[in-house]
Amino acid sequence: MSWHRKHLLTLEDLTREEILHVLDTAESFKEVSTRSIKKVPALRGKVVANLFFEPSTRTRISFGLAAKRLSADTIDFVSAGSSTVKGETFKDTSKNIEAMGIDIAVLRHTAPGAPKMLSECIDARVVNAGDGPHEHPTQGLLDIFTIREEKGKVEGLNVLFVGDITHSRVARSNIWGLKKLGASVGVVGPATLIPKKIEELGVKVYYDLDEVIGEFDVINLLRIQLERQRQNLFPSIREYSRLFGINGERMKRAKPDVVIMHPGPINRGVEITPEVADGANSVILKQVTNGLAVRMAVLYLVSGIK
Amino acid sequence: MPKKTETILVKEKIDEFVRSAADRILEWDDRLDNIALVGIRTRGVHLVRRIVERIRQEKGVVLKTGILDITLYRDDLDDNPASPQVRGTEIGFNVQGMTLVLVDDVVYTGRTVRAALDQLIDFGRPRAIKLVVLVDRGGRELPIQPDFSGSTVNTKSGQDVVVLLAEEDGMDGVRIMSRK
Repeated sequence: MSWHRKHLLTLEDLTREEILHVLDTAESFKEVSTRSIKKVPALRGKVVANLFFEPSTRTRISFGLAAKRLSADTIDFVSAGSSTVKGETFKDTSKNIEAMGIDIAVLRHTAPGAPKMLSECIDARVVNAGDGPHEHPTQGLLDIFTIREEKGKVEGLNVLFVGDITHSRVARSNIWGLKKLGASVGVVGPATLIPKKIEELGVKVYYDLDEVIGEFDVINLLRIQLERQRQNLFPSIREYSRLFGINGERMKRAKPDVVIMHPGPINRGVEITPEVADGANSVILKQVTNGLAVRMAVLYLVSGIK
Repeated sequence: MPKKTETILVKEKIDEFVRSAADRILEWDDRLDNIALVGIRTRGVHLVRRIVERIRQEKGVVLKTGILDITLYRDDLDDNPASPQVRGTEIGFNVQGMTLVLVDDVVYTGRTVRAALDQLIDFGRPRAIKLVVLVDRGGRELPIQPDFSGSTVNTKSGQDVVVLLAEEDGMDGVRIMSRK
């Protein structure tokens, strides 16, 4: 047995074997969604609480459905607009929800490290569903799962992340996971959106997408958080799209079998044009489907640890 | 203290079980395309393969097959120190109206079969589910009985029934090992 963790907080913490164990377990869970009754009794009688202190559609629904397919009961806590809930208040809210007898807390929060703090103050298992710009481990796992499914392997692949690396928890979780599984990772984007010390993670930094696009097996497009533009981190959406957006013309320079990914929600016409998003190389909707299997696997694995 | 080992079935007896099981299974439905064999991981899967091969030789027909991993349906998940490994279920056909033959190497408490029945029913409503095992070792804790078994032995709780199959263990045979 290669899983002994009560919490899933980051991919930085996980070993190569632990990552592979989650991926293999998710493989088995994919089949459950093809059955006439799409449910297994593994978490019957357990309670999964979705604590979302920051907006999310995809991740919240995906975790909710994953818990239901495992026969767990679910409760949703959505703190609309109160993204500044911190310190004692956050602790108190969590303690109160725990007092209702939950087994697993799925936490989305704007503050990096909030899941770790929660795991230290409650007895329930904690799964990080995104903590500020820090990590989004289940997104990293589902991206790697999708890459492995499409390419049959991860080791030796060249994977490129395009866009706002600085604010991307998706990129950070992916980089930790992909490096551990032996992939080469590159990042490209406006210089203002690439963190200074990113090379220390063993990542190659590029600034000209057209120059390098042909070298990569997988291209993962990060969402441009439109609110960043107001901070003057890049001149205009139009310029970003011209330099870093993936369109039909740019695809001609890429490998014919390149896999195009995006964690969603996509800004059509900004990071990606509709012809590419809906085209043959895009696996964007497969990522969503796989996300369900990966989250079922994670909930199942942490639920077993006392 | 040394363990006491007794061989209860040799390779020839396992071959005989495969032949008899194949004959019996064919009696359970008039239409061969309405019968499917479902093996419980791990050794039930190998027994299914052998029985299906025997039927192919006799009748020239390859029956539908499936694989069950019952882990997610176990009734003792909470008693484990960690979530047991899940290795996947494969039922690649519609079970509605089918005669399903559940195959495993040993039936003991009946709890594995209970889990398998619950899981099979989540795929639809079969016409019937039958149970075939190589060894019935008694000790049932649930009201579940095989429709066909290759051998019946009365064992005590301090004993293990070890089934060896060439695909998994390099040789065929069934042994009883006493722990004390």
